[in-house]
Amino acid sequence: MGDGKLLVKEKDVVVPGEVLATGMGYLPGHGTYRDDNKIIANRLGLLIVEGKVLKTVPLTGRYLPKKNDVIIGKVIDILMSGWKLEINSPYPAVLPLKDASFSYIAKDADLTKYFELDDYVVMKITNVTSQKLVDVTCKGQGLHKLRGGRIIHVNTHKVPRIIGKKGSMISMIKKATNCKVIVGQNGIVWISGEPEMELITVNAIKMIEEQSHMSGLTEKVKAYLEKATGKKLEISVKD
Amino acid sequence: MMSSEYNKRLDRRGFDETRLIEAKAGVIKKADGSAMFRIGKTTAYAAVYGPRELHPKHLQNPKTGILRCNYNMMPFSAEERVRPGPSRRSKEISMVTEKALLPVVNLEDYPNAVVDVFIELTETDAGSRCAGICAASIALADAGITMKDMVSAVSVGVINHQIVVDLDGEEEHLTNLDVADIPIAMVPSTEEITLLQMDGKASKEELLKAIEIVKPVLRRITETQRKALKEKYKGQGGL
Repeated sequence: MGDGKLLVKEKDVVVPGEVLATGMGYLPGHGTYRDDNKIIANRLGLLIVEGKVLKTVPLTGRYLPKKNDVIIGKVIDILMSGWKLEINSPYPAVLPLKDASFSYIAKDADLTKYFELDDYVVMKITNVTSQKLVDVTCKGQGLHKLRGGRIIHVNTHKVPRIIGKKGSMISMIKKATNCKVIVGQNGIVWISGEPEMELITVNAIKMIEEQSHMSGLTEKVKAYLEKATGKKLEISVKD
Repeated sequence: MMSSEYNKRLDRRGFDETRLIEAKAGVIKKADGSAMFRIGKTTAYAAVYGPRELHPKHLQNPKTGILRCNYNMMPFSAEERVRPGPSRRSKEISMVTEKALLPVVNLEDYPNAVVDVFIELTETDAGSRCAGICAASIALADAGITMKDMVSAVSVGVINHQIVVDLDGEEEHLTNLDVADIPIAMVPSTEEITLLQMDGKASKEELLKAIEIVKPVLRRITETQRKALKEKYKGQGGL
């Protein structure tokens, strides 16, 4: 045996049960498992080869909370010492009192003064336990309660595409529409600006979501934004 | 027992030939994952929702997620109107479908959560539980659920000692011959059989022979299921 043999090309779409490699030369990573001398995919995704490790990146499915992700959530309950938030995942997040604000909040304070039911909040995940208890914090740059604007939901796996390389896509949209936009890793997006511009932003984001696998997408989005806003965009497009 | 032999099938298929199979992933937009599976004149639609929070809370299991299957024949799906709502038959099929899928789904990844599978049959002409299992298996993969492999299912019949793959409605209702209908579901990578039922009479030898004959057929069905998934995600490489 010794060396392994890769049976699928990198960046190919693989499905559960598909044999990715044989032999002992490769190691199973996320989204794969070993059965004897075979490495098999255990979810639908793209195959990534990192040295000797094979893993799959999911293309579909619910958002699963991960440490250090910046997400947007909605307050669904107020607890004894914090808030419970819905984060577009099978598991709710808990924002404890000490992580809610830089200022001191007394134990017996009225918590609705800080976050009311149905408020939307930008926050960062500090910890996820094995039982999927999610802890979040609001202390940090750009983490705060959201006022005004509108919320839309997008596919969580398309979020990297909406943000673009080093934020290129999202900053282009922001520049064109003058809207404030925050994209949570969990697929919740907050948009605030002039009503017409908000609509253009929503359309641009939906366009990215639908055509995320096409090449020359940045160019297309740029053309759409220029046409919709009537402004000329001076951004160099590198796809 | 009749002495006449069943040496030619009513629709002139080969003895190990299935009816025409068609499969498609992602047919229901609002679901997390969905699929259509058609075999001859039997069509099943499956929709997967979740993993999502499980209520009421006492059903939650901290060690693992749970799978809930629901099989339903639409009122217009058969010759005679099917009374809407759960029946003794549909409850049984929901239960065996769940047990057929359970061995492949990695529910430990989703503690306290639930994965819901709804199977709707729009037209039926024998083999509906097998079509439902095939559709559900594609839909689970489409929903990004982690699973060891797909599950493929088909029925196999014994008509006057002749083993016949994928009975259709006409063959199932032959009255002048001895007909046994045996639905089988298998995990292709391990050849583990996850569903085995029998309606009618067949000898032990015939049953064992039927299982052997059906294995290559099930592998071909698995290929169709995989192709349906790859078709949906075709070209989705890169970020």
